[in-house]
Amino acid sequence: MKKTFLKILGVVFFLAVGMFLGKHFFGVKSVETVPMPSTIKYRNVGISSDTTQVAQSQEFNGQIIEVKNGSSIQDAVKKANPGDLIRVFPGTYSENVYIDKDDISLQGVVINGEWPTLDGNKEINDAFLYSGNGILIENFKIINYKGNGVMGQAGNNFVIRNNWIIDTGVYGIFPQYGKNGLIEHNVLSEIEDAAIYVGMCDNVDVLHNEVFDNVAGIEIENSRHCLVENNYAHMNTGGILAFVTPGLPIKTTFDVIIRNNFVVNNNHANFGAPGSTVAGIPAGTGILIMAADDVIVENNIITGNNNTGITIVDLANGMPRANDPNSEGNPDRVVILDNIMYDNGNEPTGEIKAIMLTKLENKGPDIFAFGGGTGSTIRDKNKYRTFGIDDYGIAQITDTKDIPTMMTPGPVPPRSVSEQELGEMTYYGVCAGCHAFGTRLIGPPTEILQAIHNNNPQGIVDYINNPKNLREDYPEMPPQDYLSDEAKMAVAEYILALKE
Amino acid sequence: MYAACLGVMVFILYASNVSSSPYVDVPLLNCNCPPGFKLTEDNTCIARNLYDQYAVRNLAGVGGLKSALPKIRDGFSPQEIDLGRYLFFDPVLSGDGTISCASCHDPKKGFSDGLATSIGIDGHKAKRAAPTLWNVGYLKKLFWDGRSTNLEDQMEGPLFSEEEMGNTPENLLSSLNGIENYRKLFAEAFPDRNSNAKISLDEIYTAIAAFEASLISLNSKYDQYAHGYHDALNQKEIEGLNIFRSFVARCAECHTPPLFTNQQFAVIGTPEPDGLPLDPGAEVPFKDKSLRGAFKVPSLRNIEKTAPYMHSGRFKTLRETVQFYTNGRGHAVPEGEDLLIHWHIWEPNLTDYELDRLVDFLKTLTDETFTPQVPDKVPSGLEISF
Repeated sequence: MKKTFLKILGVVFFLAVGMFLGKHFFGVKSVETVPMPSTIKYRNVGISSDTTQVAQSQEFNGQIIEVKNGSSIQDAVKKANPGDLIRVFPGTYSENVYIDKDDISLQGVVINGEWPTLDGNKEINDAFLYSGNGILIENFKIINYKGNGVMGQAGNNFVIRNNWIIDTGVYGIFPQYGKNGLIEHNVLSEIEDAAIYVGMCDNVDVLHNEVFDNVAGIEIENSRHCLVENNYAHMNTGGILAFVTPGLPIKTTFDVIIRNNFVVNNNHANFGAPGSTVAGIPAGTGILIMAADDVIVENNIITGNNNTGITIVDLANGMPRANDPNSEGNPDRVVILDNIMYDNGNEPTGEIKAIMLTKLENKGPDIFAFGGGTGSTIRDKNKYRTFGIDDYGIAQITDTKDIPTMMTPGPVPPRSVSEQELGEMTYYGVCAGCHAFGTRLIGPPTEILQAIHNNNPQGIVDYINNPKNLREDYPEMPPQDYLSDEAKMAVAEYILALKE
Repeated sequence: MYAACLGVMVFILYASNVSSSPYVDVPLLNCNCPPGFKLTEDNTCIARNLYDQYAVRNLAGVGGLKSALPKIRDGFSPQEIDLGRYLFFDPVLSGDGTISCASCHDPKKGFSDGLATSIGIDGHKAKRAAPTLWNVGYLKKLFWDGRSTNLEDQMEGPLFSEEEMGNTPENLLSSLNGIENYRKLFAEAFPDRNSNAKISLDEIYTAIAAFEASLISLNSKYDQYAHGYHDALNQKEIEGLNIFRSFVARCAECHTPPLFTNQQFAVIGTPEPDGLPLDPGAEVPFKDKSLRGAFKVPSLRNIEKTAPYMHSGRFKTLRETVQFYTNGRGHAVPEGEDLLIHWHIWEPNLTDYELDRLVDFLKTLTDETFTPQVPDKVPSGLEISF
């Protein structure tokens, strides 16, 4: 105990010395002190446990590209290669940045409270759009877009953190079709749908975010294996949502833990776009579980939500008009562990108000369950004011402390394709339109290519890049230089090895 | 048989004692797979393309640029596919010998017919547009209203519809069995059965399905971009791609790459051609009111080639079509109809500039490099006209 105290004293002393020296020697703050993203492995050793190596599947080995006010982030992305870090300095950047490459890190540099700000002026659709794997986006202020702050499409191993996002249209942070990602330490407000929307993803942690003044705070939709922990969701229409939307190609939501969050005063008037799923959420919804299975609600502080603390509902009642025979609409095996809940349901609205009145109650409950679903349990039913959970048994678990994360143990690897396989895909997927064994199609038969370029794959590669007509009786081949260098060599070797 | 594959096409002359069909020479069936397919040792054709590089994250085969495709119907033999090609172009499949599959699915018109709604036997006007067949082997729902789940089922619709090809199963069998060329070709394509056995309906369906599922279009400029060659698209086309996949226009939410369809139903509320009542779409086969006006999300591959657009061809150009999506949620729904319009149909307020860029992008989805060859002659000896 005494030792610890001395240690702390020591730290304070050095901090003070450091501040004194800093003020004297660095009157102007030097940007050189801005730390590297801690996802980059050699900087990541021994830092606090909530950092992660999820973003980069390879060692940081790239260039650092700096973007200063007045230049374009997209230009830097165009220059960047996998492994590169793009550092964006304070200034206003009104652009749509799209990242169709893997392993690119974008890091804002905040100096003296000045943020690098992406401002869509309510004219630009999205601030960041990425399709690559291993994308890191951190330390940006993003305002006034029409669509999204950050939208991912099928990028795995993403990290989106420390961003300050205000009124970016429909969603703030929206990874879609991604596997293994981390969304943490972001602050989001004034979003007309979900501030953080995990859509059709797997293995995503949503941690330590503040979401307020949005229609939906955090939404886990048609996603599996997600952890929503230690977020502060307040003054949204609905705080934290886990549900299934019918009609999407991915049909299920299950294995979601909602843990250690503050879900407080989510009473904002609903300003969702007509027809959107969230437009139907009643103001005053703390947590909503609709048709999602195996959702665990644990150790949250859920207070001051004027309709209900937790609503558990099936699709038939929650979205009565939508229909998708392939979406199973019941919330099954919901587990409610210990939570602090009080002061919910002060002004119930709509159907919940009507249903409570049938019980001669004019307050909404802490926990409201309605419709189908089986196997749900609760640790201490007597603790809360509840409706519709008479059939809930006693929870078989007391906590989820053995599950520190839902992310995968390491980055999701790209599919590994051998050179021979790549050659085969390229040959049949591209070349076979004009070349075949034993048959004249548009180009010469494959065995003639073999005879011309015998033992010389580089000859084929050169020809692919820059065809020059060798034979009068055939049309000239268009260059196939769009193929990657690996694909060109692989297909050259494949062609030479091909037997009838 | 394989010897024939090595050399040029071998023509066989049939004896002139065939009574029910005119004298015609037909090549043996091709024993190579069509482009996009690899021949396996057990003589089946397996799809191979650059999308095989990508890991299968979700079986639906939807996502971003580098996403794997959903599972395709492959594994047919080259002979089945080639027999299907002859059948596809042969008007003997229709009741009066005037209409082939290609009449409404013309390879020169993106495997559609350029009409708002197709015209069948005796000038019958069909109610819906002929959908393209490019990449149809990947689709799990067929017809605009999704009422069929496989190609074999699907083709019974037009074959035996009185308004389309106007045939009957009995007549189809008797006409094909009456053509010696076909008896030989079927015997070659289906070598496991007695070579003197009669042609069966299942064999006909299998062969045509095999051919249809071999129509692959995955080598567009867009695909080159997706695989990493970023110079494949010019600046305007990239702007179009970004509008397409942004959450303002939301095109990519339903027209999901790489097939540009998520294969779900959507009620978008497009107008019918003047004077026609609302087409109830999937409501009818699924007996589900929530699907009133719902249609299967169509692929956008080769969309440039398949005007006019939508289920009844109301929009003549791509520009008119993209304009529809920004004119307001439900703006064209007839009075008195209460449709469950899809949540992605909203008011994105796209500018004219953005709509033009969307059209630029849609035209990058064109790729017809694997267009199959139209046979010079079909086994029935009938005139190929479409």
